Amino acid sequence: MTGLQDRLTPEQVEEFGREMDAIRQRIVADLGAEDVQYIQNVIKAQRALEVAGRGLLFAGFFPPAWIAGVGALSLSKILDNMEIGHNVMHGQYDWTRDPALSSRRFEWDTVAPAENWRHSHNYIHHTYTNILDKDRDIGYGVLRMDPDQRWHPYYLGNPVYAALLAVFFQWGVMLHDLEFDRIVKGERSWASTKEVRARMVRKAARQVGKDYALFPLLTGPLAPLTLLGNATANLTRNLWAFAIIFCGHFPADVESFTEEETENETRGQWYLRQILGSANITGGPLFHILTGNLSHQIEHHLFPDIPARRYPQIAGEVRAICAKYGLPYHTGPLHRQLFSVARKIVKLALPWNGRPSERESATLGGGERAAAA
Amino acid sequence: MPRIAALAEALLTPHGADRYLELIHPMLVRREIRGVVTSVRRQTADTVTFTVRPSRAWRGFTAGQYVRITVDIDGVRRTRCYSPASSQHRRDELEFTVKADPSGLVSRHLHERITEGAVLGLSEPDGAFTLPRPRPGRLVLISGGSGITPVLSMLRTLADEGHRGEIVFLHYANTADDVLYRDELADLARRLPGLRVVLGYTHQDSGGDLHGFCTAEHLDAVAPDRAGTLTYLCGPPGLLTAVRALTEHRGTSERLRTEDFAPPSLELDTTNATGTVRFAHSGREIANSGRPLLEQAEEAGLSPEHGCRMGICFSCTTVKARGCVRNALSGELSHDDDEEIQLCISVPVGDVEINA
Ligand SMILES: Cc1cc2nc3c(=O)[nH]c(=O)nc-3n(C[C@H](O)[C@H](O)[C@H](O)COP(=O)(O)OP(=O)(O)OC[C@H]3O[C@@H](n4cnc5c(N)ncnc54)[C@H](O)[C@@H]3O)c2cc1C
Repeated sequence: MTGLQDRLTPEQVEEFGREMDAIRQRIVADLGAEDVQYIQNVIKAQRALEVAGRGLLFAGFFPPAWIAGVGALSLSKILDNMEIGHNVMHGQYDWTRDPALSSRRFEWDTVAPAENWRHSHNYIHHTYTNILDKDRDIGYGVLRMDPDQRWHPYYLGNPVYAALLAVFFQWGVMLHDLEFDRIVKGERSWASTKEVRARMVRKAARQVGKDYALFPLLTGPLAPLTLLGNATANLTRNLWAFAIIFCGHFPADVESFTEEETENETRGQWYLRQILGSANITGGPLFHILTGNLSHQIEHHLFPDIPARRYPQIAGEVRAICAKYGLPYHTGPLHRQLFSVARKIVKLALPWNGRPSERESATLGGGERAAAA
Repeated sequence: MPRIAALAEALLTPHGADRYLELIHPMLVRREIRGVVTSVRRQTADTVTFTVRPSRAWRGFTAGQYVRITVDIDGVRRTRCYSPASSQHRRDELEFTVKADPSGLVSRHLHERITEGAVLGLSEPDGAFTLPRPRPGRLVLISGGSGITPVLSMLRTLADEGHRGEIVFLHYANTADDVLYRDELADLARRLPGLRVVLGYTHQDSGGDLHGFCTAEHLDAVAPDRAGTLTYLCGPPGLLTAVRALTEHRGTSERLRTEDFAPPSLELDTTNATGTVRFAHSGREIANSGRPLLEQAEEAGLSPEHGCRMGICFSCTTVKARGCVRNALSGELSHDDDEEIQLCISVPVGDVEINA
């Protein structure tokens, strides 16, 4: 099998790393008023959708108004979490020094507290992308998403857990930061999660309060309809976010790595791992915005702190560089990537699908090669 | 009203009401302080004077204090300190005078670009360069150039209070053409019986009352030392140094109050600097040059958030994960891990790791 280290010669890896650095430097030097204008416009659209959605639910007795309201509110939550929240919290707009766009201060419209998430996502996931036993986003500690994860009868429920995680994704993301699996294994004490838990309770109370108590109550006799509407909007956002995020790292041809492989990694090798461990989703401009440009997962993993609107602009260049070095550039339409992820979830529920021959074929067989595209 | 506001905040969580109100109009914000520019004039070639109506969160200031003004330049928010020149008793309007630094960023932007209707970010006022209560019977207010702003604010405040004590207002400008608030000062002299306005020209030897840089003769002539006189001083570094030396000579330093617009000189030792500075978030490393961490971070290609670059505004406050730094203003050492430090005035002592 092709290991992480022996795809390219060390010189090639460093040369490749320098090409990536050059793209980064060029974009960083070019950041300015246009990027701010863009995110401000997205924020305006999100707030307008939110106000419209909440407003329409006051007329929720009229089915078209209810449907339109839920639609607007779902879109608002999707924009808030993906193109705004996720990206702002990555520090993509920290250079603007605008407190409303500050990664340290931003809070998003979901139960997971920003502060907890920033640690597990920005630091753990982005530093240790797809390294088994280190990247806690591999299966979120509940699923078997990699053949190298040792099978256990528990994993027979893989598809059920995945479906539950998709439906309750915001709660899954919140609880993820508790590192429950590590507490069970005794790697982390319950007491050490005190602050994390306090933030969860506070944030969840506010979110549940507005979506399931205050807004329904304000609509008086329509309260049950409003509650149902808000729950539907949260569900839509949950399913969407789950789908996009799982397509980013878990389609069949995406690779995972071992700790030994990634020891003493250089910057070039780190870039290389990001490319091999991520997958893009093809689609139009609106689709990209609704995914928070995570449809450019590869570019996002290379440059997590560059404004996401820049990813489509550099994708062609990144892909061409991958082709030059004979590296795969995983990409495909949503339905195909989703199907691939679903198949993996089902396959890995079973004990006989796993290490090590399975892994080899997944690595070598799959992958739309950029060179071929 | 507070109940409605609390309900609105609960409904608009997590972003808060301001983030929605500002989309209707930037001045509607309730918690943040902003100001809309209501008039702009240019008294001299290299200055701009503008008035600002603050938003509802503004709680007033004390004459002599400063406010941090934030402007957006090419998509980046920039913050600098400016002292209002208006009376503290005018709650609805603040006046600022800014001198354009030819190689400065914010002052030049304000000088060239500011227009009526522009919305600026404002901070709570800050600073201890203020008059005591009860008001002193004898006051000397000394300023140079744009340093006139905090002492003019004091003078206008005293005028609004109908103050009857003795005040000497000594102002230095390069030439007669550079004098700020000339008419206003003449007007105040008519309203305040105890006020004497003295104009000094540093680069012109005719007109005005005094000529050349501030000397002991100047002070003796207009503000002879008399018991209990409080002196307030603000201006360019040269003026500050001269007056400080003169008061020290007279033995009246404890009755001198000063405000620095320009960064005070930091105690730096660049020859004996050792160790490596590591910026943890970006992974950048640089050999410690002995300069403040803000400059070293910029040298390493980072652009940390900052404001005054002189230890006043706390915009650059960052967590120091490991190592020891020295506060170049106070000389104090910080040894503890995970301590917040101000990058602009902190100098590494050996290896340090900063969360930037
Ligand atoms: C308490 C207080 C009150 C003040 N009140 C007033 C007031 O009422 N009116 C007024 O006009 N000013 C006032 N100031 C000064 C004001 O805050 C600004 O410092 C001034 O306007 C210059 O800002 P700037 O952005 O134009 O210049 P900056 O861009 O900050 O540059 C200032 C100087 O530093 C140099 N410089 C910038 N960056 C670097 C670098 N990386 N390396 C080396 N040199 C560099 C520039 O060449 C320039 O000469 C006050 C300051 C303080 C602290």
